[in-house]
Amino acid sequence: MVSVLPLRLDGATLVRRGERLVGPVDWTLAGDGITVVMGPNGSGKTSLLRLVGGLQRPGSGRLDWAVPAEEARRAMAFVFQRPVMMRRSVVRSIALPLRLAGVGRRAARDRAEAQAERFGLGAKLGQPAPSLSGGEMQKLALARALVTGPQLLLLDEPTAALDGRATQEIEAHLTEAAEGGTRIVMSTHDKGQARRLGTEALFLLWGRLHERGEADGFFAGPATAEAAAFLQGDIVA
Amino acid sequence: MDDLTGGLWAAIRLLATLDATLVEITLRSLLVTLSALGIACAIGMPLGAWLAVRRFRFRRQAVAVLNALMGLPPVVVGLFVYLMLSREGPLGVLGLLFTPGAMIAAQVLIVTPLVASITHQAMRELWAEYHDLLLSMNATPRQRMATLLLDGRRALLTAALAGFGRAIGEVGAIMIVGGNIDGATRVLTTAIALETARGDFALAMGLGIVLIGLSVCVSLATHGLARTESRGRW
Repeated sequence: MVSVLPLRLDGATLVRRGERLVGPVDWTLAGDGITVVMGPNGSGKTSLLRLVGGLQRPGSGRLDWAVPAEEARRAMAFVFQRPVMMRRSVVRSIALPLRLAGVGRRAARDRAEAQAERFGLGAKLGQPAPSLSGGEMQKLALARALVTGPQLLLLDEPTAALDGRATQEIEAHLTEAAEGGTRIVMSTHDKGQARRLGTEALFLLWGRLHERGEADGFFAGPATAEAAAFLQGDIVA
Repeated sequence: MDDLTGGLWAAIRLLATLDATLVEITLRSLLVTLSALGIACAIGMPLGAWLAVRRFRFRRQAVAVLNALMGLPPVVVGLFVYLMLSREGPLGVLGLLFTPGAMIAAQVLIVTPLVASITHQAMRELWAEYHDLLLSMNATPRQRMATLLLDGRRALLTAALAGFGRAIGEVGAIMIVGGNIDGATRVLTTAIALETARGDFALAMGLGIVLIGLSVCVSLATHGLARTESRGRW
């Protein structure tokens, strides 16, 4: 498979109703591992992810993939903060991305069942997705996102509403996916989680990419005063 | 009061003896209504989903027109179809006037906007929920519509039932284009109108009770099949 990365953001902004939500951002997404996107509320984490995920067009600037954008979008998956639970069963929810990609009904179902099993949802195959618990919903969302084997997985605060146990399971799946070669970019407000998972760290502030670095270096000694204050738990406004 | 009790007795008698005429016009009512409903659903449901999913320049106006068409006066639809199908009309060569085919055509015009509009309302809500997900999954417009229609099938049932209710009880249009011909185009509603005009209130009431019973049965049967009210998840 041709790699869709590196992705180069060149002065990319996201604008809605005349208001700039994020950017201009210059950043290159490459290599492997997990990029954690941090920053106070309203700093543009979600907007940056939506921009990269192609859910929104850049207001200005460019996003350049290693392949045509259309192709890149097919190799991506997105997990939202509030998982979208479709009005269908667990197994058919997981099968949907496969079906949309043209996999036959039978094969999609088999793969979805195996995937559900892997994510601890094997006992709930026929259950309506909206009837799952919060942790199960996010596991379903993750299983659904990974079922096509995407090259790039984007997650917007995937464990924000989950308890410790569910968070642990999600993190284990993310680590496993990353080790399997899926490039991950996730936003989180959980600094502990960022430390546990991150290999690269982005710190957003006021819609700008305020600081970027290897996770180890960033957490040990951030270069900017604002990032240091944020990591310490101060309010950065 | 006599007419009411008389109507009840007439209804019971008609049903108990399986009156041949009653069976015939009931079946014709069902045939016309279900054919029209089938065509209306085949057009209206994809149209409703399409309007929910697509963004185009005059979408708001299109939706407004659709909603207005829901209230289309059946008599006027009847007149329009009559003119289209009459011997001098553009579709006169089809020879459909005063046949069940003409009645089906008129009812399609009446029911399609209703089905499309109810479908659109429901699909719009579902689309708001699914929008980001389906976009992130790279679903084509066609796949988006199909997913919405599939997951929103309960709402489609409501749309179809509303369409059925409107069609089965409709009299103005089918009277004009069908002509209420005994043995050919007489259906429950036109028969009721005729018997009322003739002063045979008992028979009219009897037919009315059969008509209402029919509606209730269809609704119950559909809900039973879809188990809407028993496991109300979606």
